[in-house]
Amino acid sequence: MGALMVIFSLQKDQRRKRTDSVEDELELSAVRHRPEGLEQLEALTRFNRKELQILYRGFKNECPSGVVNEDTFKDIYSQFFPQGDASTYAHFLFNAFDTDKDGSVSFEDFVMGLSILLRGSVQEKLNWAFNLYDINKDGYITKEEMLDIMKAIYDMMGKCTYPLLKDDTPRQHVEIFFQKMDKNKDGVVTIDEFIDCCQNDENIMRSMQLFDNVI
Amino acid sequence: MASGVAAWLPFARAAAIGWMPVANMPMPIAPTEKNKRADELIVLNVSGRRFETWRNTLDRYPDTLLGSSEKEFFYNEETKEYFFDRDADVFRAVLNFYRTGKLHYPRSECITSYDEELSFFGIIPEIIGDCCYEEYKDRRRENQERLMDDDEDKKDAKLPNMTFRETMWRAFENPHTSTMALVFYYVTGFFIAISVLTNVVETVPCGATPNTKEVTCGDRYTVAFFCMDTACVLIFTVEYLMRLFAAPSRYRFMRSVMSIIDVVAILPYYIGLVMTDNEDVSGAFVTLRVFRVFRIFKFSRHSQGLRILGYTLKSCASELGFLLFSLTMAIIIFATVMFYAEKGSTSSKFTSIPASFWYTIVTMTTLGYGDMVPKTIAGKIFGSICSLSGVLVIALPVPVIVSNFSRIYHQNQRADKRRAQKMQKARLARIRISKTGSSNAFLHSKRNGLFSEALELTSSIEEEQHLSKNQSLLESQHHHLLHCLEKTTNHEFADELCYEQSYLEGALQSYPSQSPSLSSQEGMTGTCCTRHTKRNHAPLPNSSIPTCALSHTHPHHNLQELSTIHIQPLNTSRSSLNMRVDEPARLNCQSGTITTAIISIPTPPATTPESDAHPPPPGPTLQNVVKVSAL
Repeated sequence: MGALMVIFSLQKDQRRKRTDSVEDELELSAVRHRPEGLEQLEALTRFNRKELQILYRGFKNECPSGVVNEDTFKDIYSQFFPQGDASTYAHFLFNAFDTDKDGSVSFEDFVMGLSILLRGSVQEKLNWAFNLYDINKDGYITKEEMLDIMKAIYDMMGKCTYPLLKDDTPRQHVEIFFQKMDKNKDGVVTIDEFIDCCQNDENIMRSMQLFDNVI
Repeated sequence: MASGVAAWLPFARAAAIGWMPVANMPMPIAPTEKNKRADELIVLNVSGRRFETWRNTLDRYPDTLLGSSEKEFFYNEETKEYFFDRDADVFRAVLNFYRTGKLHYPRSECITSYDEELSFFGIIPEIIGDCCYEEYKDRRRENQERLMDDDEDKKDAKLPNMTFRETMWRAFENPHTSTMALVFYYVTGFFIAISVLTNVVETVPCGATPNTKEVTCGDRYTVAFFCMDTACVLIFTVEYLMRLFAAPSRYRFMRSVMSIIDVVAILPYYIGLVMTDNEDVSGAFVTLRVFRVFRIFKFSRHSQGLRILGYTLKSCASELGFLLFSLTMAIIIFATVMFYAEKGSTSSKFTSIPASFWYTIVTMTTLGYGDMVPKTIAGKIFGSICSLSGVLVIALPVPVIVSNFSRIYHQNQRADKRRAQKMQKARLARIRISKTGSSNAFLHSKRNGLFSEALELTSSIEEEQHLSKNQSLLESQHHHLLHCLEKTTNHEFADELCYEQSYLEGALQSYPSQSPSLSSQEGMTGTCCTRHTKRNHAPLPNSSIPTCALSHTHPHHNLQELSTIHIQPLNTSRSSLNMRVDEPARLNCQSGTITTAIISIPTPPATTPESDAHPPPPGPTLQNVVKVSAL
């Protein structure tokens, strides 16, 4: 009886190998996405050929299948902020980049978003930022939406900060923001109020130019 | 730095536009690329095989040979390529690491040559991906065992200058080292055998005298057996005492299993000597003699296989526990069932459930003595189910134990397991350090950055260049991004120590202010927060601020600055100049920034912490939200 048991135990390893191959086949038929040609992308965005090449190489290196889904996106973004939790903010960013709402960011989405952020006019950049804050895309930023965004930003700091982060720090920050932006005090910020106020704020204008030479 | 995602850094920086409208303060200036050149292909010639890659790919890991300027040593001017006289096959794995961020271990390579290549190119093996890590570790362990076996053979050579005690211990542990040791080894073995044999023969019935019943040999030749026993015990006692004397760590020796066995083997004899021939205690005395059989375990010093068996059982403790547990469950279930099934039949041996336990055990282990058999039909059915399930339950954990035993037997050691655990801990520690290294890198560079800004003002430009040489462009861009986040949220990154301290001080804040004998400082003690020393603190008159006030690594005078008040200043880095009391003039004209101090405890008023030019006030400083201009 003991010998039988030993023989059975040796055989179980072989059985495992057979089941793995079925799962492997499923993986192979995963999504593969090929982007538009270089010429079309050149026309759609404000990048030149060389810049598009560099961007695509980096993109494809990180995502060999050609699309980024939300989890990969969160992963990548979190690596830049090791001390905090960047996943909530990455979620909002993902929604802002995923313009066709199909749950994945393809290279076209990626490069078009970047084109606005890096080569767009101030108006376009502010428009993009408004889109980011407006979570439900209804054209108004409410205090709750702003609070979510603010909490997400503060989450990225992590808990080891100086001075210590208090629980109502995001809320206070949202109050300051609304005081500045909400001109008619109706509790929401519309796109016009937002763009108006930002264009009049010197600090914000200066900051917008900061990332012009990123590529 | 998240090197694997360096390509996404431009994206992360662009996405930072989302913070801009929210921030209340101006953002820091972006680092400029001083010598921006277009990305170019570089050729790496490794023993004749040419590999080409982008320069940026190699720059991802600046602390390796290929990513740093160390590769310039290998640059060949005539052919305009980098030549490495190394193994091209292993280089493939190294280069793939740069390309994909994952290091793989090619199974066909020898482990030592692979390790050598990794250390040549400055890559730590701990970052081998999970897919290949187990294989790598196994091969490494085998290699080390092989080396260890070689060492063992060398170890037997006698070291010079060993004390008598050490020689004796070595003789006990390795009988092959000297003839005396070998003699001792065989003599003790012989006596163990004699002792065990004596115990056994003692109970054999030895010829009977015609008129009385049979007596055991022990009772017939009492004196002879007693002498034999005494001799054996004497030898064992002497041996034990000698081992105790020679042991390098007596306490550890006394706790070891073998010595406990020794003690248990000889103790009954002494107890027997001490006790008198009292009728009450003679029963107990007889029981004690049972323990003499433990002398057989002393053979495990003489037999490797026995030790391994013992070790296997110990390491399979969980499987054995499971076996026992499942058996107990099954026994109880079947015993209950059999009892109730057989309750009806007459003259049934199954008188109670515990009585049925015996039947169940005998049946499940397929022994089948036949002293208890079920008579009813239901009983027979359940009995057969019982025996079938017994086979299953016992068969399940046994292969695990068997495979464990064979593995251990071949690998041969408990010391090996301990070493493996240490390496796992070391690996995790190294990975953790490299992860915290990335977050700490930012904090370090902040301190260095402030240092270099202060240096700028003393217009020692050479030193500044010297300081910033270590940061690659990618790193400085990453740090700029983190700096922007700090500005957006008006909070700064701190490391763990600072966080804990500020947390504790936050807890202390509920008490009223304590000794005001110390000056108005912000209450950051400890060596970690060196940068806070540069912020608004008025140094104590008796603290030794060096005239070169830029040595920000002097935390000693911080210890005097125990303040109970937790001031939360938010100021830009320029205020680092405030600490230089010795040059108040320069201080005044250069630090023209506005700092906002937000303090949380409403206690007795105090002066501003920014009044550096004045001697520190005696009381603790507090304020409400105040805009304070640095003088």
